[in-house]
Amino acid sequence: MPTATDTVAAGDLGPLTTGDGTPLKTALARATRRARLKALFLVAPLLLFVIVTFAVPIGQMLYLSIYNPVFSDNMPRLSSWLRAHDVTEVPGEDAFKALVLDLTEARANRTHAQVGTRINYERSGATSLFKSTARKIKKIKGPPYKDQLLALNEEWGELHLWTVMSRAAAPHTAAFYAQALDLSYDAEGDIVRAPENRRIYGHLFLRTLLLSALVAGLCLILGYPAAHLLASLPLKYSNLLMVLVLLPFWTSLLVRTTSWITLLQSQGVLNDMLVSVGILSDDGRLELMYNQWGTVIAMTHIMLPFMILPLYSVMKTVPKDFVRAARSLGAGPVTAFLRVYLPQTVPGIGAGVLLVFIISVGYYITPALVGGSSGQLISNQIAFHMLQSLNWGLAAALGALLLGGVILLYWLYDRLVGVDNMKLG
Amino acid sequence: MNIQRSSEPTGTDDPATGGTGASVRFENVQKSYDGETLVIKDLNLDIARGEFLTMLGPSGSGKTTSLMMLAGFEPATHGEIYLNDQPINAVPPHKRGIGMVFQNYALFPHMTVAENLAFPLSVRNMPKAEIAAKVARALEMVELPDFGSRRPAQLSGGQQQRVAVARALVFEPDLILMDEPLGALDKQLREQMQYEIKHIHDNLGVTVVYVTHDQAEALTMADRICVFDQGVVQQLSTPDELYEKPANSFVAQFIGENNRLSGHITDIQGGECRVDLDGGGSVTALAVNVAGTGERATLSIRPERVVLVGPTDDNLANRLTGRVEELIYLGDHIRVRMTVAGNRGFVVKLRNDGERPSVKVGDTVAIGWQAADCRALDPIDA
Ligand SMILES: Nc1ncnc2c1ncn2[C@@H]1O[C@H](COP(=O)(O)OP(=O)(O)OP(=O)(O)O)[C@@H](O)[C@H]1O
Ligand SMILES: [Mg+2]
Repeated sequence: MPTATDTVAAGDLGPLTTGDGTPLKTALARATRRARLKALFLVAPLLLFVIVTFAVPIGQMLYLSIYNPVFSDNMPRLSSWLRAHDVTEVPGEDAFKALVLDLTEARANRTHAQVGTRINYERSGATSLFKSTARKIKKIKGPPYKDQLLALNEEWGELHLWTVMSRAAAPHTAAFYAQALDLSYDAEGDIVRAPENRRIYGHLFLRTLLLSALVAGLCLILGYPAAHLLASLPLKYSNLLMVLVLLPFWTSLLVRTTSWITLLQSQGVLNDMLVSVGILSDDGRLELMYNQWGTVIAMTHIMLPFMILPLYSVMKTVPKDFVRAARSLGAGPVTAFLRVYLPQTVPGIGAGVLLVFIISVGYYITPALVGGSSGQLISNQIAFHMLQSLNWGLAAALGALLLGGVILLYWLYDRLVGVDNMKLG
Repeated sequence: MNIQRSSEPTGTDDPATGGTGASVRFENVQKSYDGETLVIKDLNLDIARGEFLTMLGPSGSGKTTSLMMLAGFEPATHGEIYLNDQPINAVPPHKRGIGMVFQNYALFPHMTVAENLAFPLSVRNMPKAEIAAKVARALEMVELPDFGSRRPAQLSGGQQQRVAVARALVFEPDLILMDEPLGALDKQLREQMQYEIKHIHDNLGVTVVYVTHDQAEALTMADRICVFDQGVVQQLSTPDELYEKPANSFVAQFIGENNRLSGHITDIQGGECRVDLDGGGSVTALAVNVAGTGERATLSIRPERVVLVGPTDDNLANRLTGRVEELIYLGDHIRVRMTVAGNRGFVVKLRNDGERPSVKVGDTVAIGWQAADCRALDPIDA
């Protein structure tokens, strides 16, 4: 063929060029640039929206996990002293002078409580220490500051307090991550594992991952046959069934969760029925709500559509002929399923499991409502620190770790199964 | 042409003849999907061992359905199907040992070509070495020896087709079903594959049931052709018989080019009948499928059996005149479309042998044919 030989010949001579001698690559880039710019222009509003409402706030939030200027802003003198000195013992008069001056000013600005709270993150009791000291700070009229302050409250003479303040003096801190990982600083400022009774988050992360995996697994087991039925029924039935699958999306999450409570609580419909039939005795009622089971049951129900939809969309594209071919070649129903049908639905399984797992890992409302204390997930702690304790730094650190974990899992999935293999819809 | 097997023109072989080495037998099989309409009305069919039988028919006539019942993917609503004289209605598909080639090949996309071929062997728990040998031989047979490690998606349509055939054959079934296996290929490749499939059939001696709605394909490949329409076997014959001796108007019209003339019968005598045409004139025809004197009938005449007659020829039983409407030059012959006895689509093929009479559009010419070339069949409203 003439074109083929031409191309080969030109290839031998060097880079391809167009008629006027421009390199082909340049010409192609020029020709496609306009089209790309136009496409970019069309998606610009969405891009802007995503950046303004999603990327920027999340970025800022995540930054809070390593940046907390409360102490350094409101206690400037003490902060600069602490930054300039190594705290290996309770410091002398200089530091106390700076502390008193800063506290006086902070009281005038009404920021002393914030400062106390910041220290309280790492040393409990600090909030009240700062409050009570600030209240009486006017009594200290001049040097010696250290002695007067120690007279007001002996806690000011503790090294641990000073090491904590010395770390807080730098606006950038790893303290929140340390706390989120159940680590803490000892009196010498070294990182150690937190005492047994204060290790909460590691356990909670683990529980979150396990329960999410359990929910994803249950969704797969329940959703796979349903999706298959949906994909193989004639259209008029499958449409109806699809409506039923999607029904949960149309009812409020709260309503659904509440109905689970009515159904499953120890005085609920299910238990009443089992008791009245005689399967359970009245004091042997199943505890299905306000514990892990409550979380698992309700979340499985909520997540089911997220499993069924990707599975369905994959199964829809698997022609009936494949299983028939397998059967005609001598494979029994089970073999045909395992060796021919199942492998072809892997993209749907991957997408469904990943989707359910990732949504579950960050789920918050349902565990809060039906999880009791043993069914709480990490997001409930994040919410707690966002809304109640107002420790945004810790909340952000927990959130960042969660995000990191999910990205890690996604990466692993990509390595093992391949994201190209995934089909979401 | 030699006719190897003769058969009943209506295609309903007598089912009561017992196990006589037939590979497949359908006995009074009916099929309905919805409980309201019968897709297969009453199928009786014997397929001999080693035969290449083609099912031919218009879309929706029940070809695939018959094949699916044979393969075991659709239950027969009524009747019994026998495979090697064993009733198989209750046998699940994987125990029937029937090879099947699907229209879109149904090669497993997640397996390589070699794994696809090994599949039927490995589910039979054959030792690995034996599997490898058989797979290699099968690839050899379809002339793809170096393609074992490829995925189906990396093959061309024709290559996929060959792999599908090889996969259906590799476990050595003695019956192969093919449902429009060449439908997705272009004309040239299709003709080549027709030849290759036929070749494989001749070499291996397997029984093949082959579904197509391409009549040329059916005529070239089959030992016998089973013509379906609306769930009924219209005719089961060898290709030449089907073309030359259609049993009814549907077959005459469906297979090859056909001229139809309608009229009513005035006389039947010794296998021949006299028919008065609606458009005027009267002809003698073979009484093949007629109800009786006074009833309506449709005549069928192949275009190549009609000749232009000069005023001196008088050895033709039938003579009519036609008005030339259109001439189409086709090299070796010329198609003349004319109006004959009210039929505006009457076609005559003139051989381009240098002696052809010159005709022009608008001429009125005399045409004629032998009584033996004209078959009186069941009436249809033209
Ligand atoms: N699964 C099914 N459910 C209901 N009706 C069906 C089904 N499969 C086929 N039919 C109907 O049965 C009739 C015969 O279908 P079949 O597929 O056997 O035709 P066919 O001869 O193979 O046609 P084609 O040449 O188009 O493949 C058609 O009217 C079709 O609508
Ligand atoms: Mg079909």
